[in-house]
Amino acid sequence: MSLNIRDILKKYTMVFALIAVIIFFWVSTDGKILFPQNINNLISQNAYVFVLAAGMLLCILTGGNIDLAVGSVVCFVGGIGAVVMDKHINVWVAVAIMLIGGALVGVWQGFWISYVKVPPFIATLSGMYAFRGMANVVMQGMTIGISDETFLNVFGGGADCYVPDFFHGEGLNITCMTTGIMVVLIYAVLVIKNRMDAQEKGFEMAPFYSDVAKIAAVGASVLWIFYKLAKYKGIPAGLIWIAVVLIAYGYITTKTTIGRYLYAVGGNEKATRLSGIDSRKVYFFAYINMGLMAGLGGILTIARASGAQPTFGQGYEMDAIAACFIGGASASGGEGGIFGVIIGAVLMGVINQGMSIMGISPNYQKVVKGIVVLVAIIFDVLSNKKKK
Amino acid sequence: MGKILLEMKNITKTFPGVKALDNVNLQVEEGEIHALVGENGAGKSTLMNVLSGIYPYGSYEGDIVYNGEICQFQKITDSEKKGIVIIHQELALVPQMSIGENMFLGNERGKKSAINWNETYSEADKYLKMVGLSESSRVLIKDIGTGKQQLVEIAKALAKNAKLLILDEPTSSLNETDSRALLDLMLEFKKQGMTMIIITHKLNEVVYVADKITVVRDGSTVETMDCHTMEINEDRIIRGMVGREITDRFPKRQNPFGDIVVNAGDVNMEVKNWTVHHPLYTERKVVDNVNMYVRKGEVVGIYGLMGAGRTELAMSIFGRSYGSDITGSLYINGEEMVLKNPREAINAHLAYVTEDRKGNGLVLTNPIRVNTSLANMNGVSNHGVIDVDKEYQVAVDYKEKLRTKTPSVEQNVGNLSGGNQQKVLLAKWMFTDPDILILDEPTRGIDVGAKYEIYCIINDLVNAGKSVVMISSELPEVIGMSDRIYIMNEGKFVGEMKAEEATQENIMACILQSGRGEEA
Repeated sequence: MSLNIRDILKKYTMVFALIAVIIFFWVSTDGKILFPQNINNLISQNAYVFVLAAGMLLCILTGGNIDLAVGSVVCFVGGIGAVVMDKHINVWVAVAIMLIGGALVGVWQGFWISYVKVPPFIATLSGMYAFRGMANVVMQGMTIGISDETFLNVFGGGADCYVPDFFHGEGLNITCMTTGIMVVLIYAVLVIKNRMDAQEKGFEMAPFYSDVAKIAAVGASVLWIFYKLAKYKGIPAGLIWIAVVLIAYGYITTKTTIGRYLYAVGGNEKATRLSGIDSRKVYFFAYINMGLMAGLGGILTIARASGAQPTFGQGYEMDAIAACFIGGASASGGEGGIFGVIIGAVLMGVINQGMSIMGISPNYQKVVKGIVVLVAIIFDVLSNKKKK
Repeated sequence: MGKILLEMKNITKTFPGVKALDNVNLQVEEGEIHALVGENGAGKSTLMNVLSGIYPYGSYEGDIVYNGEICQFQKITDSEKKGIVIIHQELALVPQMSIGENMFLGNERGKKSAINWNETYSEADKYLKMVGLSESSRVLIKDIGTGKQQLVEIAKALAKNAKLLILDEPTSSLNETDSRALLDLMLEFKKQGMTMIIITHKLNEVVYVADKITVVRDGSTVETMDCHTMEINEDRIIRGMVGREITDRFPKRQNPFGDIVVNAGDVNMEVKNWTVHHPLYTERKVVDNVNMYVRKGEVVGIYGLMGAGRTELAMSIFGRSYGSDITGSLYINGEEMVLKNPREAINAHLAYVTEDRKGNGLVLTNPIRVNTSLANMNGVSNHGVIDVDKEYQVAVDYKEKLRTKTPSVEQNVGNLSGGNQQKVLLAKWMFTDPDILILDEPTRGIDVGAKYEIYCIINDLVNAGKSVVMISSELPEVIGMSDRIYIMNEGKFVGEMKAEEATQENIMACILQSGRGEEA
């Protein structure tokens, strides 16, 4: 079975759109957007989008359900963390408190949504107001600074939030470059092993050249990004958190039974229930997870800003939702994946940064972002229509 | 020979990679009822979609000649203007709206800026009278039964000035009485000069109403039979549809169960004094004091009209997935069990194969592999991590065992035909390793060939010592497949008979008598 070009275009529409957008900004910013520092900033500034979008994806999979409270929870949890650290409590205790706090918020919202059947939109709308208010209460309406070096370095704030170069390369961070090469090698080995496995058992396989193309494309982009980062200060801490979250959620959504249930509930809840799966637990799981990710999002946000403010996190929920939908998640649930989230988040990040470099006013930036989301969904709808 | 109203000449329609219709020719005379029969996927619906303009002119080859002129329909409204109205298998009514509102939806009476409600309802009532429906047109659709909804659809078509009415599986969700009433209505319309095309799987209906029968097979018209000049019976039609003679519509089992003496040890499942109330109107009894049992290796049929409470009985047994205030006791292998949810039912080796494949059975957006394992994820996973290789193997095994027609188990279930979807659904439940299978309308909406295969699967199951409870509203199927038959009416079991005693007549008599008993 040969893949024709139209199929490839359809499957990877957003990847090609991303490439087009990058080329557009590369031209219109005289190549500035691809400077090492800008690539580094792109990753560090948008770490929260990846983390929150991964959590949001799980909610959306269960049936297009979204969590509007995410931004407020980020602020609330961040506020708690800042206050706790201000009292010189151990950093790791503070981190644990923030993560648990996020998860508890998830329990609260998830309980109403899954067991009392409050529509998610309304349950989380209530959370959006309530946790914003509680964030203000916790911080007493003031900004709280964070000075703990360990915290800032580990979670991507301050000037030294990079993985140190153990080889002290001149002008090129060797640790960073080596990591990049390792990542590509591991990826290639996994793809090849998968293929050999399938061959041995006589399963269907994608054509050989498509696997080669996949390794080449992923390998080239990863190496290129790590090369750029190595020319700057090395691997930013934010990237590590992004990687951890994406790998974990990629695994959960594709390899585990709970991941399967998320898709099944979103695809056909009644059939799933009659298959002996408690759909309430599935919703509950999705929202607890969202809470946990909001907790991590809060940590990354206050680290990046070296402090917490009652206005933090506004609109974060929309960034996460937009990333999911741009990445092809279905608004009625049951379809979507982590790969899409990555593409969606990067696309949003590139557009943000490209326009900032071009000096476009934030007001127009919002207009453009809005249009991009709409265009992405129109693409999705049209290509789905053609499928039928 | 009368005037030809419609002629479809050399229609060819290709979808990417598939030739759905290949040089199809169809002639329909004015004032006749023309039946279109064929297996699922033979191309009947595609042909009707071409005719009604769902597939616009230019997307197919060939000509449609209607009333002597060549038609080039771009959309449905074009064909409706000419009086060609199609009533689809799935009812297209808005449940929250009244009958009258539905009838003139998109075709509102009065001005664009102001709907004339008096005219709407008085006209609606006029059309309702024509179809013999004694409901006010102000009643909401959700408050009337499926049989009446089907009549509303027909009234709606009449309101569009239909000259050629196409009915796609009009009786698929109706019980025998309502079906018969609908067919009689068609005959009545015929007398008034209406031309109709009916697509159906139910061959007894074809024999009852049709003047001519066109058989479609693999995208081509095979033959047209004239019922007035030829001797037509169901076997003759089946031969045309499958291209071979089916000698037995119901495969024989090796050990017919009939004469084994009742032996308590052999009883696999028993239900005593089972009563179920409606989930919303909790004072209403949907299942009323039902007693039943099923032995190992036995097929027990439950026959009843639509709304008799059969599905509700099955679902309430299957982990209380329907109803409220359920009382009674359930014994599995002689042991009393309380099954609080579907999971406990599955663990007790019970399986419920739903009548509603798309709504309650399958996740259409997921591939066959995923659907096959959904009810038994433990069978393909380890501590919550899925072994995809194993899952794939399971799906392939069942695909081969049940002869599911698909290029790959990675195919989305939504792309399969009804018969193949049913096989995937059966595979899903067989993989849970059940001892007792409740099959709810296992052959609804699937073609003759696939039905036979499903019957063979049922036989294999009972030969392996499993028990099968088969719910069906097709009398020949219940009589042909069951060892023993329960007859259900209005929530109660009103009769029980051995297969060899059962005939269509005495089963219907049983239902009628119980109805009368109620009134007396």
